[in-house]
Amino acid sequence: MRIDKDLVAASATPLVLGILAEGESYGYAIGKRVAELSGGRMEWTDGMLYPLLHRLERLGHVEATWGRSESGRRRKHYAITDAGRQALADRQRQWQVVADTLDNVWRRFGTPPVAEGLA
Amino acid sequence: MSERQRATTGVDMEAQIDQWRSFVARRPAMTTDDIAEMEDHLRDQIADLAAGGLAEDEAFLVAVKRMGNLDDVSREFAREHSERLWRQLVLIPEPGAGVVGSRWRDLGLVIGVALLAGVALKILVEALDEFALVRNVVFVLVPAVTGWLAYKRRVSWKVAAVLTAAAAALVLVVNLYPFDMLPGPGEAPGMTAVLVVVHTPVVLWLLTAVAYAGGDWRSHGRRMDFVRFTGELAMYLALIAAGAGVLIALSVAVWNLAGFDLEPYLESWILPFGIPGAIMVAAWLVEVKMDVVENIAPVLTKVFTPLALVMLVAMFAVMVLGDSFEAVDRSLLILMDAVLILVVALLLYSISAHNPMEPAGVFDWLELGLVVAALAVDAIALTAMVSRIAEFGWTANKTAAVGLNLLLLAHLAWTGWLTLGFVRRTGTFHDVERWQTRYLPVYGLWAAIVVVVFPLVFRFD
Repeated sequence: MRIDKDLVAASATPLVLGILAEGESYGYAIGKRVAELSGGRMEWTDGMLYPLLHRLERLGHVEATWGRSESGRRRKHYAITDAGRQALADRQRQWQVVADTLDNVWRRFGTPPVAEGLA
Repeated sequence: MSERQRATTGVDMEAQIDQWRSFVARRPAMTTDDIAEMEDHLRDQIADLAAGGLAEDEAFLVAVKRMGNLDDVSREFAREHSERLWRQLVLIPEPGAGVVGSRWRDLGLVIGVALLAGVALKILVEALDEFALVRNVVFVLVPAVTGWLAYKRRVSWKVAAVLTAAAAALVLVVNLYPFDMLPGPGEAPGMTAVLVVVHTPVVLWLLTAVAYAGGDWRSHGRRMDFVRFTGELAMYLALIAAGAGVLIALSVAVWNLAGFDLEPYLESWILPFGIPGAIMVAAWLVEVKMDVVENIAPVLTKVFTPLALVMLVAMFAVMVLGDSFEAVDRSLLILMDAVLILVVALLLYSISAHNPMEPAGVFDWLELGLVVAALAVDAIALTAMVSRIAEFGWTANKTAAVGLNLLLLAHLAWTGWLTLGFVRRTGTFHDVERWQTRYLPVYGLWAAIVVVVFPLVFRFD
C-alpha cells in the first residue's frame, strides 16, 4: 500500500526506535522487520532509512558499531540508548493521543464511502 | 544453469555492484562508510530476492529500485551531514532553488565589490583624520563582505533593511558620540573611544552572520557554518597577508635600489585597495569551498590543542608560584581575556571540524583538559582582579574586561561540563555543538552594549 510520505516520515523514528528496543539490529533487518510488523503493507524507500539512522545516532538515541555479517561483509549495527528509550516513550505517548483521537473520528464518521468503493 | 554460467553471472553481479558503488560515490554527501552500509543492504536484498526465485540480474534491478532515487537519498544524507558538503566544491542544487551563476561571474562580482570598497576606503583615507579613520575603516571592510553575502544568499528586503539600519545606527553612534580625548601632545582617544573601536567589528560581524545565514539566523546548522566560514576566512587572510607581505618587502627593496620610494604609494594606494581586495578574495575562496584549508583545520587543532594545554598549565604554575599580584592592573585582565578567547577559538575550531559521528576519544579528553586549565588560570586572575577593582573602583576598561571575562568563563565552563558528559558517554557531541551555536550571539550583544551603552554610562571618558 502506498502511504503518504509525511506519514512515513512522522512514524519512522518511533518505528525504528521501537524495533531497536527489541534488540540490536542493522539497516536491512530493520527494514525487513517494518515490513513484517505491518504485514507487508508498509514498505519504505530503503535508502531513506540510513540518513534517519544517522540522525538518531547524532542525537544520541542510538549507538552504532561496525561489525561483520555472516558472510564477512562490513556491517553497521545499531543499538538503542537510554536517551533513545526515553525519546521512544515520549513518542509513544504522543502517538497514543493521535491514534485515540483518530480512532474516535473513524468511529463517529464511519469509513468514507469513496474508500469503500476503492477497497 | 551450468556451473560455469552461474560463475559468470556472479562476476557480472560484482561488476554491476561496483558500478552502482561508484555511481553512489559521486555524491558529495556520501562517505565510504555510508556506501559500505548501503551496499550491505543491497547485497542482503539481492540475496533474499534471489532466494525467492528471481534471477540475479532481476534481483539487482529490484534491489536498486527499492533503494530509492539516489538524488533524494543523497540529499537526505546532505541534510543530515551538512559538514561533509563543506568540503565539496559542488553543492547539490535543491530542486527549484536558483542555481548560483558561473564561477567567473562570481569572481567578477567579488572583484567589483572589492574595487568599490577600495574606492570608499581611499576616500576615507583622504578625507578623515587618523582617529576618525580608525573608527570608520570597519564600516567599509565588513559591510563589503556582508553586502556580498546578502546578495549571494538573496536575503529578503526586510532582512537587508534591518541589517542596513543596524549598521547605519552604529555609524551614527561611533561618529556622533562626543568622545573625550586624552590630554597631551597629539590627540589620543580616551578609554571608551578605544573600547568602541575594538568592539564595533564584533557587532558588525554579528550582522554578517545574519547575512551569511540568508536571514535564517536561528538555524544552528547555519551558525556552525558561519563559524567555519570565519575560521577559514582568517586562515586565508593570514596566508594572503603573508604572501602580500613578501611581495611588498621585495618591491620596496628593489625600488630602493633603483632610487625610488615605494612607501608613499603603499599608504595611499596599495593598502586602501589591497586590504578590501584580500578580504573579498579570501571570502570568495571560502565560499567556493576550496577544500585545502578544510583539511588543514583538524590537523591544526590537533597540533595546537596540546600546545595550548601545556601553555596554560605553565601559566597556572607561574601564577601560583610567582609573587602576589601586587603590580597587576587591567592589562592582566585583558591578557586573560586574550587567553580565553584563544581557547574558545581553538575549541570552536575543533568542534566545527569534529565529525559528529565519531565517538569520544583521547582528543576530546585533551580538549576537556584545555577547558579545565583555562578555567583554573582565569579563576586566579579573576579573583585577584575583582578584589583590586573593589578597592579602586570601576572604569570603563575594567568593566569591559571583567564583563568579557565572565562571558568567556560561562561559555567555557558549560562547554567543559558538556564535554565531560560526551567523554563519559552520558551526553552527545550534538549537545556540545548546540551549546556553542546557542551561545555565540551573546558575544555580539555584549559588544553592542559596549559600543552603545558604555560611552553613555562612563560619560565618554
